[in-house]
Amino acid sequence: MIKILFYFFALILIFAATRVVTVRNPVHAALFLILAFFSSAAVWLLLHAEFLAIALILVYVGAVMVLFLFVIMMLDVNLVRLREGFTRYLPVGILVSALILLQMVLVLRYWNTTEVIATTMVEIPNTTLLGMALYTTYLYPFEIAAAILLVAMIAAITLTMRARRSNKYQKPEQQVNVRRADRVRLVKMLPESRD
Amino acid sequence: MNLGFESTDIITLLPEIFLLTMACFILVVDVYLPEKLRHLTYQLAQGTLVGTLLLVISIYPSSLTLAMDNMFINDAMGALLKLVILAIVFVVFLYSRSYLQVRNILKGEYFVLGLFATLGMLIMVSAHNLLIIYLGLELMSLSLYAMVAMHRDSAQAAEAAMKYFILGALASGMLLYGMSILYGVTGNLDLAAIATNISDADSNKHTALVFGLVFIVIGLAFKLGAVPFHMWIPDVYQGAPTAITLFISSAPKIAAFAILMRLLVDGLSSLYVDWQGMLILLSILSMATGNIIAIAQTNIKRMFAYSTISHVGFLMLGVLSANQAGYAASLFYIITYSLMGLGGFGMILLLSRVGFEAENLDDFKGLNERSPWYAFIMLILMLSMAGVPPLLGFWAKWSVLNQVIQAGFIWLAVLAVLFAVIGAFYYLRIIKLMYFDKSEDRTPIEANMDMKITLSINGLIILFLGLMPDMLMAKCLKVLQVLI
Repeated sequence: MIKILFYFFALILIFAATRVVTVRNPVHAALFLILAFFSSAAVWLLLHAEFLAIALILVYVGAVMVLFLFVIMMLDVNLVRLREGFTRYLPVGILVSALILLQMVLVLRYWNTTEVIATTMVEIPNTTLLGMALYTTYLYPFEIAAAILLVAMIAAITLTMRARRSNKYQKPEQQVNVRRADRVRLVKMLPESRD
Repeated sequence: MNLGFESTDIITLLPEIFLLTMACFILVVDVYLPEKLRHLTYQLAQGTLVGTLLLVISIYPSSLTLAMDNMFINDAMGALLKLVILAIVFVVFLYSRSYLQVRNILKGEYFVLGLFATLGMLIMVSAHNLLIIYLGLELMSLSLYAMVAMHRDSAQAAEAAMKYFILGALASGMLLYGMSILYGVTGNLDLAAIATNISDADSNKHTALVFGLVFIVIGLAFKLGAVPFHMWIPDVYQGAPTAITLFISSAPKIAAFAILMRLLVDGLSSLYVDWQGMLILLSILSMATGNIIAIAQTNIKRMFAYSTISHVGFLMLGVLSANQAGYAASLFYIITYSLMGLGGFGMILLLSRVGFEAENLDDFKGLNERSPWYAFIMLILMLSMAGVPPLLGFWAKWSVLNQVIQAGFIWLAVLAVLFAVIGAFYYLRIIKLMYFDKSEDRTPIEANMDMKITLSINGLIILFLGLMPDMLMAKCLKVLQVLI
């Protein structure tokens, strides 16, 4: 049963991944990428890696890809120009892919394939195990990763924020203290004739 | 329960912890500082560097110490490199302050990002695990990309930052790919465990290991800027604001050298037959391309970029002789190079002023008339880069060549000397411009007192250490004996 499920999701994954690079509309490509993420999450679930599966869907599908879609939709992508390069770069692309394939085959021939990671069917859930590993053995890299994220945030803000003089912002304390006399002026006038 | 670390580990990591805490503190303080107290950020950053330096000295290891589940190594080579990095960053901040101020990019973020980059370098220097090497490298690189792009009104800086970012990311990807193959073959991330695993590995695994090694060497060559992975260096050096160029050309090179040592020597020393050949090729190409193309440059920042490439070629000569004395010679070389590079870019900063960048060779014309003292300092720097005795640069070249000859590559040493002679031309051209040409620019040189003093010391230290090279050389040899 699990095997059937695996092949089902794996086939969807390969199909979606191929469509990402072959489909012409970039929005469709992004949607196929989401499908690829979903099916790899399903494959992970079959391996009992439920935390990674959920994180993949939450982080990549939920946040990253939505942002990606926004960017694609906002950029004015010229489809004709995108297609122009396809045949020109095709030989190079095929050559590079063939080389990578050849290298992988060469390496895998020497690989000891019997040493497959044992599926751990332990009682402790995956999430707990990951949490324990992250906060004990891998505490040091975990902290460095946190520093990297902080740097990314500082860098993004430094590079994009421009404090302009013309920025208009509210001053709540003045808004609260405003009196009727500041805003409304009663003017006595003589009635005017209508003509 | 296994916590993964012991309380003594905190003491071993104290310099890094202090640096991280202070960087975050400065980040917050800078937001609330009124404009007229802004110089406090600079002083705090410098204080942090001094504090970290003192902490590194206070825990200077008598023997090799591992911490944090063997992910952190504190050895004599690491401690020496950390001291040099911290001292260099201190001088970099000092040199760049007034340059950044007149260009209106002296912001708290510059110092915060600079401190984070320094933290990344310290982490790289004492990494004992593939994961830590990669994370340290990313922490450093990300900060540097942002620093290059910080001058937002300059289109040149934006272009440089883009190139730096894309090629840097590519290099990190290569390195990571190599690391993943190493992990796949050995099943370990720990460098010592990888070393033992490889030394008794069967020959079947050898192909896969060399496959991974190729990617690791490519990644390292990208970061160091060895030919043919040097394309980013000239453009980034020229495009970035000079103060930032000063930063990326000095301390990060030392950190890159540190991970080169950690990966190739600590981790993959039993594969030395394989990486020796790769390094020979990189070294010859770097020395040739760097020295020959530098002759055609009219922009001094670009010229220094090609000079860096040729120095990287020389640096590799020591490593490829694959013995303790050779590594010590390379260590000596990288320290010497960073001192000279610091002085060279410092001179460009000194001659620049509001609305004027002294980045063309012609801007050095007749410097002797304008200021005989700084012309003399520049003379020392240029002669040292060219490798003229008795300056420090000569001893650095001499020691790596000595090791290459002892390792049996006499032809390589001959080639290196040949390229060094070609390289001497463009260094001597600057001296000719300074002393024998008429100056078109009569503006007096203005700079802060602290910058003038430090730059003078920087030049004189090259002369002084050149007269007594044994002091530094003995230190380099001593720290590497502990490594084994």
